[in-house]
Amino acid sequence: MAAAMPLALLVLLLLGPGGWCLAEPPRDSLREELVITPLPSGDVAATFQFRTRWDSELQREGVWINLGRSSVMSSQGSSAPLSTSSTPPTQSLPLPPSNPWVWPMTLTTTFCAMLCCRGRWSAPKTSPPGRSSCPVVPRASLISFHLLQAGLSVLLKADRLFHTSYHSQAVHIRPVCRNARCTSISWELRQTLSVVFDAFITGQGKKDWSLFRMFSRTLTEPCPLASESRVYVDITTYNQDNETLEVHPPPTTTYQDVILGTRKTYAIYDLLDTAMINNSRNLNIQLKWKRPPENEAPPVPFLHAQRYVSGYGLQKGELSTLLYNTHPYRAFPVLLLDTVPWYLRLYVHTLTITSKGKENKPSYIHYQPAQDRLQPHLLEMLIQLPANSVTKVSIQFERALLKWTEYTPDPNHGFYVSPSVLSALVPSMVAAKPVDWEESPLFNSLFPVSDGSNYFVRLYTEPLLVNLPTPDFSMPYNVICLTCTVVAVCYGSFYNLLTRTFHIEEPRTGGLAKRLANLIRRARGVPPL
Amino acid sequence: MGLLSDPVRRRALARLVLRLNAPLCVLSYVAGIAWFLALVFPPLTQRTYMSENAMGSTMVEEQFAGGDRARAFARDFAAHRKKSGALPVAWLERTMRSVGLEVYTQSFSRKLPFPDETHERYMVSGTNVYGILRAPRAASTESLVLTVPCGSDSTNSQAVGLLLALAAHFRGQIYWAKDIVFLVTEHDLLGTEAWLEAYHDVNVTGMQSSPLQGRAGAIQAAVALELSSDVVTSLDVAVEGLNGQLPNLDLLNLFQTFCQKGGLLCTLQGKLQPEDWTSLDGPLQGLQTLLLMVLRQASGRPHGSHGLFLRYRVEALTLRGINSFRQYKYDLVAVGKALEGMFRKLNHLLERLHQSFFLYLLPGLSRFVSIGLYMPAVGFLLLVLGLKALELWMQLHEAGMGLEEPGGAPGPSVPLPPSQGVGLASLVAPLLISQAMGLALYVLPVLGQHVATQHFPVAEAEAVVLTLLAIYAAGLALPHNTHRVVSAQAPDRGWMALKLVALIYLALQLGCIALTNFSLGFLLATTMVPTAALAKPHGPRTLYAALLVLTSPAATLLGSLFLWRELQEAPLSLAEGWQLFLAALAQGVLEHHTYGALLFPLLSLGLYPCWLLFWNVLFWK
Repeated sequence: MAAAMPLALLVLLLLGPGGWCLAEPPRDSLREELVITPLPSGDVAATFQFRTRWDSELQREGVWINLGRSSVMSSQGSSAPLSTSSTPPTQSLPLPPSNPWVWPMTLTTTFCAMLCCRGRWSAPKTSPPGRSSCPVVPRASLISFHLLQAGLSVLLKADRLFHTSYHSQAVHIRPVCRNARCTSISWELRQTLSVVFDAFITGQGKKDWSLFRMFSRTLTEPCPLASESRVYVDITTYNQDNETLEVHPPPTTTYQDVILGTRKTYAIYDLLDTAMINNSRNLNIQLKWKRPPENEAPPVPFLHAQRYVSGYGLQKGELSTLLYNTHPYRAFPVLLLDTVPWYLRLYVHTLTITSKGKENKPSYIHYQPAQDRLQPHLLEMLIQLPANSVTKVSIQFERALLKWTEYTPDPNHGFYVSPSVLSALVPSMVAAKPVDWEESPLFNSLFPVSDGSNYFVRLYTEPLLVNLPTPDFSMPYNVICLTCTVVAVCYGSFYNLLTRTFHIEEPRTGGLAKRLANLIRRARGVPPL
Repeated sequence: MGLLSDPVRRRALARLVLRLNAPLCVLSYVAGIAWFLALVFPPLTQRTYMSENAMGSTMVEEQFAGGDRARAFARDFAAHRKKSGALPVAWLERTMRSVGLEVYTQSFSRKLPFPDETHERYMVSGTNVYGILRAPRAASTESLVLTVPCGSDSTNSQAVGLLLALAAHFRGQIYWAKDIVFLVTEHDLLGTEAWLEAYHDVNVTGMQSSPLQGRAGAIQAAVALELSSDVVTSLDVAVEGLNGQLPNLDLLNLFQTFCQKGGLLCTLQGKLQPEDWTSLDGPLQGLQTLLLMVLRQASGRPHGSHGLFLRYRVEALTLRGINSFRQYKYDLVAVGKALEGMFRKLNHLLERLHQSFFLYLLPGLSRFVSIGLYMPAVGFLLLVLGLKALELWMQLHEAGMGLEEPGGAPGPSVPLPPSQGVGLASLVAPLLISQAMGLALYVLPVLGQHVATQHFPVAEAEAVVLTLLAIYAAGLALPHNTHRVVSAQAPDRGWMALKLVALIYLALQLGCIALTNFSLGFLLATTMVPTAALAKPHGPRTLYAALLVLTSPAATLLGSLFLWRELQEAPLSLAEGWQLFLAALAQGVLEHHTYGALLFPLLSLGLYPCWLLFWNVLFWK
């Protein structure tokens, strides 16, 4: 990874949205967007999205990602959409992690390098494709961040972004049909960055915010190459009262949509609108709470999950996943995908699913057992979650003893088990209308809607850290090994001593004559010589 | 091996063992004791050193300055607690939320097997409150725990205050890589046990508790805090956990580092550590500390709520603020800074604490004895049993085979009439009876407490202890009954075989105990080995019997109590000692049922029956 670092930085330099701003040929298009959502806890979520479209055949030109990455692309077959993201899954935040699809290993590593994340990937741990798609980099901690700045990316100031409580970065590439019959395709690169600013640390308890306070920058100019450059601010009131919050400057337009089953109102600031910036060459959006929200726990989403390892000791354990359906009256199915490394030997007969104290039989189970050092366990189930219930899915495992060369350099840290993936159609509170992807704001792509009464959610539980029986790789360990060898060698002699009796045998004197004499003596009934 | 397979040399060796058996035994026993006493002298005791790389080289700067805030929290907490008479759960939740934590509660209840008179509780129900500080941009895979156990009285409110002030301070920092759990438990250790069991989703002690709503991954380390005053003169650290488990030595080293850095006065077992180890005074003082540690570890009790974390492989220790008559006092800021430093360093950990020692003895805070150096002490003691068993085996074997000593010396024992077979059948009855006695000792007191309270004017707790003593004493009457069962074919062979079995049984048990809990193994070996070696149905029987009774497991416990108080410089009178003994018995049984301490089953199911066998040998007819 260390060797990849400078390379990755270089790639990012070229890949960064600012990079396109300055260097993109005009036949391609760039749209950029920032969505700011004040959360009920007082924290503020900011989601950047940069979408670039190339109206070119990738295979023919093949050089759009520099430094030879394109060879990776084409060798993997470039017609499939590819995504990766580095997201520490955190359940307490109502943010959608970007939705990645199936991708080959090498690509993940490549993208991971581009995102400058420190993933832990090695061949036997990756998961084979299942019915639901495969998850994020299990343990991705960000190392660095480097961007050229123009347009919205002015706000991407590293030291502020790393004072946040949540951070998620993603890259998605997909082919887009250029016309209805799909005779030619364009390629779309989508880069997203979501951060949540911690009101408790940055705001000193105050919940008002402004762009300057969050990013220590203000917006000064639109990206000259961007065809669209907008800031959306969620001004949905949480109470029925309309007068809880106020944005400044007042927005020119607003936009209403149904996001994750609730109706949201957004104020729109279009940077390409000359009136917006030219007045002061400085746009600092501010939000003030007229009546600050109570310091209370945020509202609970309809579907959330928790995962943990139970038990103690290094022999056995249990993986438990708690699935919460907090909807008051509607049950809905959830597709649960687990990929568990082979060194946790799952006992499938111990798989229990209980809701409300009763056994809950899944309507579909797909299990693919692990092969040592080759492939992990794959367990996929469709479970119906009763209304207002907690469903516990648990399965026992035994910890395998690895070969001593297979341990990581930090074996006592534990081994990561990647998050379970939950895919569900969650009942919606308000009906949503089908959206036109090209026309609606970019952030809609983060919340795919399936139909009017449901919305689609994919959740990732927390990754787990499991300790395996680990030899103490030190001098005493060697001493123990040596001692065992000595004991093993001594065993034979001791066994001999314990099981045999020893007699002193008199040296045999006299030969044939004596034996003959003895024979005669025996015949006579006299004791032998 | 050639030495043993050559019959001539083997016979010579056997003769040597037989003839020199008594001096060899004495020598070995004395060597064991001497080795143990020598542990406090510098070549055997070494300086502690930080092994963990992640905590070693980097220094952190402590910025905690919330002394006033801590005192205000403590005052509020004490007031609310006084008002409600229990843990002020709602106030704690509100306060923790106001300092920016994610707050959860857990309720639990437990009916003790019999009323606990020391803590005055029987049907216990309570609520634990914990707040989680989520590390920014991390995925909640690892966490640290700071816990304050609150008992029934209003002690420890300053610890709660400091915990809240630290939480407020920690919340404002951005460097956390691990989640931090701030846990306040009710009913001290019972609450901790309930929380730990729920966190790991296991049920080992029959605790009823609500499942936890919030978790924070694998707990890497925990610190328990006990403070009952606004100022402290010193901080005492307790390491001994359940069943004599100890935390990794690096955690103690970490504490010691911050003691030195902050200029805090830190003690171990309530004793300051000697400064001069070269003269005789230092090691003697160290011996006192070492003996205290051995006694505490041997008891197998968790000495502070950290002790329960160790079962789950969470390195933990308890810090206790002591306010004595010393002039120089430290305020909560000094303690808070030490804790902040410890947590920041633990935050640096890349792996679980594993580098340093897990098995050690401490003659001082900065001195330790590693397992390789203290094990020979118990090894020498167990060698006595081995030598004695070898002697008996040879005597039995010689008699059975009718092998004549070529040198003509008949050995130290009386010549035995040759007869075939050792008579294993005759051993079955005493073994079974003593083992049944042990089982009765383990099961009956708790099971029969209600019967006892109906027929005698005693409370449940008293009934349990008295039944315990009655069954224990009834075991002594057994040998008079067994001789009728045992066939009287060859009296000497009978007791020798029984003693041989008993010796091997005792050696095996003590060996296993010493491996897991050295202190207990050593303590029991010191007392039980000499009399076990001496026991025989000839000679001054009354003397032997008195010795045997004095070294029985129960008497060892009583003696240990006196020794413990003597070392703490608070000697006991006989009556006090007896009361303490009764209380200790009840606590031992309770701790087995509530926390899963293994001392009670170990003594009642393992060592007591074994000891009865020696009693049986002594009164063999």
